[in-house]
Amino acid sequence: MLYEKDTGTTVRESHTITVLVDNEAGVLARVIGLFSGRGYNIESLTVAEVDPAAHTSRITIVTSGTPQVIEQIEAQLARLVPVHKVNNWTSQEGGIEREMALVKVAGSGDAPMKALRLADTFRARTVDTTQSSFVFEITGAPAKINAFIEELRPLGLIDVSRTGVAAMSRGPEAM
Amino acid sequence: MMSETKEKIAASAAETMPLETMTGAQMVIRALKDQGVSHIFGYPGGAVLPIYDALFEAEGIEHVLVRHEQGAAHAAEGYARSTGKPGVLLVTSGPGATNAVTGLTDALMDSIPIVMLSGQVPTHLIGTDAFQECDTVGITRPCTKNNWLVKHVNDLSRTIHEAFEIATTGRPGPVVVDIPKDIQFQSGSYVGPRGLHHRTYRPRTDPDAAAITQAVAMMAVAKRPVFYTGGGIINSGPQASQLLRELVDLTGFPVTSTLMGLGAFPASRPEWLGMLGMHGTWEANHAMHDCDLMICLGARFDDRVTGRIAAFSPGSKKIHLDIDPSQINKVVRTDLGIIADAGKAIAAMIAAWKSGGHTKPDISGWWDQINRWRGRKSLAFKHSDTLIKPQYAIDRLYQLTRGRDVYVTTEVGQHQMWAAQRFHFEQPNRWMTSGGLGTMGYGLPAAVGVQVAHPDALVIDIAGEASVQMTMQEMSTAMQYELPIKIFILNNEYMGMVRQWQELLHGGRYSHSYSEALPDFVKMAEAFGCLGLRAEKPAELDASILEMINTRRPVLFDCRVDPMENIFPMIPSGAAHNEMILGDLGEAEVSAAGKTMV
Repeated sequence: MLYEKDTGTTVRESHTITVLVDNEAGVLARVIGLFSGRGYNIESLTVAEVDPAAHTSRITIVTSGTPQVIEQIEAQLARLVPVHKVNNWTSQEGGIEREMALVKVAGSGDAPMKALRLADTFRARTVDTTQSSFVFEITGAPAKINAFIEELRPLGLIDVSRTGVAAMSRGPEAM
Repeated sequence: MMSETKEKIAASAAETMPLETMTGAQMVIRALKDQGVSHIFGYPGGAVLPIYDALFEAEGIEHVLVRHEQGAAHAAEGYARSTGKPGVLLVTSGPGATNAVTGLTDALMDSIPIVMLSGQVPTHLIGTDAFQECDTVGITRPCTKNNWLVKHVNDLSRTIHEAFEIATTGRPGPVVVDIPKDIQFQSGSYVGPRGLHHRTYRPRTDPDAAAITQAVAMMAVAKRPVFYTGGGIINSGPQASQLLRELVDLTGFPVTSTLMGLGAFPASRPEWLGMLGMHGTWEANHAMHDCDLMICLGARFDDRVTGRIAAFSPGSKKIHLDIDPSQINKVVRTDLGIIADAGKAIAAMIAAWKSGGHTKPDISGWWDQINRWRGRKSLAFKHSDTLIKPQYAIDRLYQLTRGRDVYVTTEVGQHQMWAAQRFHFEQPNRWMTSGGLGTMGYGLPAAVGVQVAHPDALVIDIAGEASVQMTMQEMSTAMQYELPIKIFILNNEYMGMVRQWQELLHGGRYSHSYSEALPDFVKMAEAFGCLGLRAEKPAELDASILEMINTRRPVLFDCRVDPMENIFPMIPSGAAHNEMILGDLGEAEVSAAGKTMV
């Protein structure tokens, strides 16, 4: 960095930010380009159309930075022309964050069976089974999925696919 | 609003204006006319020929043929900056679009409203690496406020109107509408500009009343206040500059400005401190450093302004007015952010100041201090009888053009800073320069655009011999359209700012900053059909400047100046406002961290 910034604090925080956008050509590139162009971090990204009639898509990004950087990310997102709304779930009470992952373990001996018992503990579903492998489906907060994956690592973990975080507020209000 | 579909919007617009059927190319011309466009800058090519064909028969729109698309973009910027209206350029696909990218980025950095219409290969060829195909919207996405690829002819007119709306409102900026060739040929329904309602775009222009009240309360008790003004005041329109004068009349506070804001406040007023920042005046930078209240109006705390952030105006409360919410707290933490149009916010401050019963505060002690700083005469220079000092050249140019309707553009470098320091402005929209991007080659085509908008004015590009060669081809444009621009080159044979940094930071090792082979600018002017003039001695300068400004055709003026002169004051890289230097500086005085900065 050429110029130091007056960040106040240098503590990096992880934040989950949702962006409601018009589902027009290039809108995802606009959002992602903002992050890469300004040097912001993307830890996970989820995007899908949520209202075909209104042509709106919802992009949920988990990012990290100092409080000042997070404030800038929200402001920079909000000024993009096709953006309806920006919400930071981390800086407000009562945000629900969920993620789904598919996790594959393979091997011989008693490791696969240990993995199966672990999956039960984590309430993961078994969606594929062979003589030497399992594929589990797990849904939950990112921390739970991280914990599940770390537990499986010594038990023959060979593949992970994560959806990224989807987020929503609790209570009767919409975004 | 979110449930409203695009079709419904188009339908509601159609209710206010009967639909007309025409080709896409005709829609472009019609949309430009409906937007009040009278001049466009462009260059034809295969993918934009149908629009040029429609332009051939069009009345009321004058097309200025540039020699390179970068020139079209800068000309559009000059046109926009000097009129307050959007500048328009028309370019072809592929290289036509990529050549304009520098101008688009320049306009984004300096918040200049320009609309670029580009041709694109036909829709069925997009993605096939067709001849002169490039991903124009992909390439220009990060250097525009917004851009569009039009895939259906019935979207075309609405998209162009939306583009103008977005370019000119809120924080202005460049936009691109990319139009495939088959869309230009197809017939469809034209929709006029009225009744369009954007689904998401809502720039905020009215200030929050509580924030204004708080700002005025802070101003009323300030002991060492300073107004730090910027290009946002100029973008707000001439009335914002008038309101700034009124606010200064009421408060008696000193005023400094960024490079982009010069002209918003008259340089002849006693409250004027001169420009601030890296090459700002001693009094402006010291006032910024020592103030107890900084009122930033339409500026963005650029690194050229702040110097070292940790040492930036350490004892002050800061009020930041900006139309773009993302600028508040971007680089400097502010105590009070106001998101609004500059003119509206200043008007509200004036109203609140008056209704609060405030009188002009006694800040005479602060003015005494400022006058002591002024006493340092930081813009003074040592005159020479044998060499033309660049400062002397600017001073004479300024004096000899008094009483005329003058517009100044610049290139980028030392000459730009000397011009900013010494060529004073009383009105906004008279000073066109590349601030944020620092684009060498901006000034000549910008002068073309300014002269197109103001045919009878005296338009001067204060240039350097290195910068001006980057877009020199636009002299040909000036000749074709009889645009009597004056290119006043401070020729020091070096890339002067590069040479100065090499002298101060790199032990005087002038690596590739000297131009071994310069053209004979007088002969070059003659080759273009312009008048070429040269001055080499101070004694011959006045007569040549007078000949230049009395000539009603383009002039290229080769003003040979002292090649080793440096621009001062200077805040060295990594230093604070109160650490600026006035004379020669040893390399050891710049910290290692400072040397890594640009």
